[in-house]
Amino acid sequence: MMKQQPERLLTLLEECKTLAFDLNFTYAKEWKSKSKYRLLVGYLPIYVPREIMHAANALGVGIMGAGDRKQIIKGDAYYQSYICHLPRGVIEMALDNNLDNFDGFLFPSICDCVRNLSGMFKLVKRGKFQRYFDYPQNFEKHIGGTFYRELLETIIKDMFQINDMKITAKHLNDSIALYNINRRLIEKIYDIRKEFPWRLSAVDVYHIIRAGMVINVEKHNEMLEEIVGLLNEDYGEPMDNIRVVISGSFCEQPPIGLIRSIEMAGCYIIDDDFMLGSRWIQGDIDDASQDPLNAIVDAFLTQSAPSSAVYDYGNPKSARLIKKVKDRNADGVIFCAASFCDPALLDQPDLQKACDAAGVAHINFQFHENTGQFKVIKEQTGTFSDSIKLWV
Amino acid sequence: MSNPKEAIKEKSMVIQKDMLANLFTELSNAKANGKKVVYTFVPGNLVELILALDMLPVYPEINALQSGMRKKSGSYIKDAEKLGFSEDVCTYVKCDIGMMLNGNLGPTGEKLPDPDLLLLSYTGCFTFLKWFENLERLYPGVEIAMLHTPYQEDGQITDDQINYMVKQLQEEVIPKMEKVAGKKMDYDRLSKMLENSARQEELWVKVLETAKNRPSPIDSYFAGVYYMGPLNTGFRGTDAAVEYYEELLKEVTERMNLGLSPVTPEGEMKEEKFRLVVEGPPNWTNFREFWKIFYDLGAVIVASTYTKVGGVYDTGFRHEPGKPLESLARYCMGVYTNLNLPQRVDLIEHYIKEYKADGFLINSIKSCNSFSAGQLLMMREIEQRCEVPVGFIESDLVDPRYFSYANIKNRLESYFQMLEQRKQILAREEANA
Ligand code: SF4
Ligand code: SF4
Repeated sequence: MMKQQPERLLTLLEECKTLAFDLNFTYAKEWKSKSKYRLLVGYLPIYVPREIMHAANALGVGIMGAGDRKQIIKGDAYYQSYICHLPRGVIEMALDNNLDNFDGFLFPSICDCVRNLSGMFKLVKRGKFQRYFDYPQNFEKHIGGTFYRELLETIIKDMFQINDMKITAKHLNDSIALYNINRRLIEKIYDIRKEFPWRLSAVDVYHIIRAGMVINVEKHNEMLEEIVGLLNEDYGEPMDNIRVVISGSFCEQPPIGLIRSIEMAGCYIIDDDFMLGSRWIQGDIDDASQDPLNAIVDAFLTQSAPSSAVYDYGNPKSARLIKKVKDRNADGVIFCAASFCDPALLDQPDLQKACDAAGVAHINFQFHENTGQFKVIKEQTGTFSDSIKLWV
Repeated sequence: MSNPKEAIKEKSMVIQKDMLANLFTELSNAKANGKKVVYTFVPGNLVELILALDMLPVYPEINALQSGMRKKSGSYIKDAEKLGFSEDVCTYVKCDIGMMLNGNLGPTGEKLPDPDLLLLSYTGCFTFLKWFENLERLYPGVEIAMLHTPYQEDGQITDDQINYMVKQLQEEVIPKMEKVAGKKMDYDRLSKMLENSARQEELWVKVLETAKNRPSPIDSYFAGVYYMGPLNTGFRGTDAAVEYYEELLKEVTERMNLGLSPVTPEGEMKEEKFRLVVEGPPNWTNFREFWKIFYDLGAVIVASTYTKVGGVYDTGFRHEPGKPLESLARYCMGVYTNLNLPQRVDLIEHYIKEYKADGFLINSIKSCNSFSAGQLLMMREIEQRCEVPVGFIESDLVDPRYFSYANIKNRLESYFQMLEQRKQILAREEANA
């Protein structure tokens, strides 16, 4: 008889699922309540270096939108119909009490919606600080690097003003080491999925990574260690599925039903850019530096993942996508971006052209985080999967 | 570009027309004359650097808006969509790409020269970055210079931000421009141009401020987009633009002294009934119809935020010949779409009070997240702070599918009725007091 998923794995997956979609951030708030020096710093997609928060006794909490888990009433009165869904869910959470107890908010420089949302948080006065995290689009160390370092120092100062916590090189190196472990374990899960995609569904992977955005890294690392151990057991059997990479969902997150529909339509999602922030830095950051802040800056300049939010002159995203497809031994790409998402959608024609040139099959659809109907997407994906199976 | 004021042929208009005609002639002959061509954006534009190196600027946004006015944008946008660009994204980008796919014909009907340099002044709009990534692919191998303008996220310009920009200018942008131009920057010449820029900015602010007069001699939005032309379309810093703004100020002051209302495409407005402040860009595909709704009902725009996308000068910024790079950095960081939301609300509040506006109207543009995201909250803030009726309409810049004349007209008529009622109430209150 075929060996089933280990019981313990199922328990852990259930725990991750609950954490991932707790829009009240109960775990994080409880964590904070244990000491008056602890801070909660919410951040929007995509990337902020959580190491600096960890070193400052703060928990960086990913705010990935309300998805299909919250009825949007106020948010719709703040946004026109032609603006993507993510910010309306976030403002709804801010106006309800979901984000109470958060000390500050960071809004990475990924598009003008998130940029302007930083101003909205200022106007509605949520948090003690609200910063647009304007990371450089210049990647020269003494130009963009210096600017980035100053930006990080500003945020460190923001946190210091609240909890008086002075960051030392040791603190920061320790935090970097913990996040290095975190990144390695996450990559390990993707590597296992590359070899044995039947051992864990894409939805499960999603829950595992997303849970890590709302809990402390020590706890996430413990869970990941255990999950990786369990995934190394031999169970389940491969199905006749194609292997796909998902591109374009780096900010507003697709509903779980959509990810599940893609899988049910005969696709193993071998790689994706869901919650890209957790995988933004590729490889380790030096955790034994005399100047660890510098190490974080260097990592941003030289080890950032390809993304629609970074100017790609000299290092085109298209080539990096094709490389990912080859490295992951994928059969095709599913372009799956949020409606009205200029950064993702304006990248697509070129990425698709690169796929065509490299002979990589692809399909394309748009979603809202609260899309409820997946029938069409499932049919399209099913046809896509069948057509690839015919030719591979 | 068709010109609404052509009928009365004011001298300033003739000057501007000649300036544009000369630029397009120069552009047509650029390749033959060995002149280098730089594609760049209006907000945070570095035109003095381009001109000081004897290169010629082309602004894809201006091409897009002119395509809109010439009713060509609809088909250009569809062509870009056929290429895979989503219906959801900024239509300026699609219109520009569609125009290139169709031979890149400029407003004179002649082909615009290909760029020798893409100068990405990434200021106040994230989509610019994506736009130029796409242009780079349409012109493989073209030289690229990128200037990242930090956002005024905290409502101020910091030393760190200035240093970051100056370093980019010194070490990357200007050397790249010099390489393309084949010559070194002449800083004396640049300073002279910046002196001219400051003079033009001074004159431009004076023109804008005539709208504080009752009646206002200008419409700061519909006519304002023409008045701001020379500053934003490649002439800032030139002697010709100084002449233009001197003449414009003279004409506008004369009108003000005579107690005249703004000139419209159908002649002079008879009566100024409502004074409005407008936020957001206009629609270009139906520009005249759109304007007509306002002047037919006696509404004058006394201040607008759109006329500040190329630079906010009425809060005191001037280019400084003595600090060329620092002042270019400050200029870029100060443009309207690079202000944070609280700054934008403060500026609008200031306009409403200073220009004694009766109401505040937002034209929300489907394409433009930079302007549109957050506008509904801005509207609430203004309503609370200024206690004036606020209005909200929606359209697009250059996609004719998103301009519904009937819908906009209905909304505006109801809004003007509301303004009228409020005026009557205020008048009664004043009489009773
Ligand atoms: S989904 Fe796209 S447009 Fe919307 S907030 Fe995210 S990056 Fe910006
Ligand atoms: S998003 Fe707005 S500012 Fe940016 S290119 Fe489009 S219209 Fe211009």
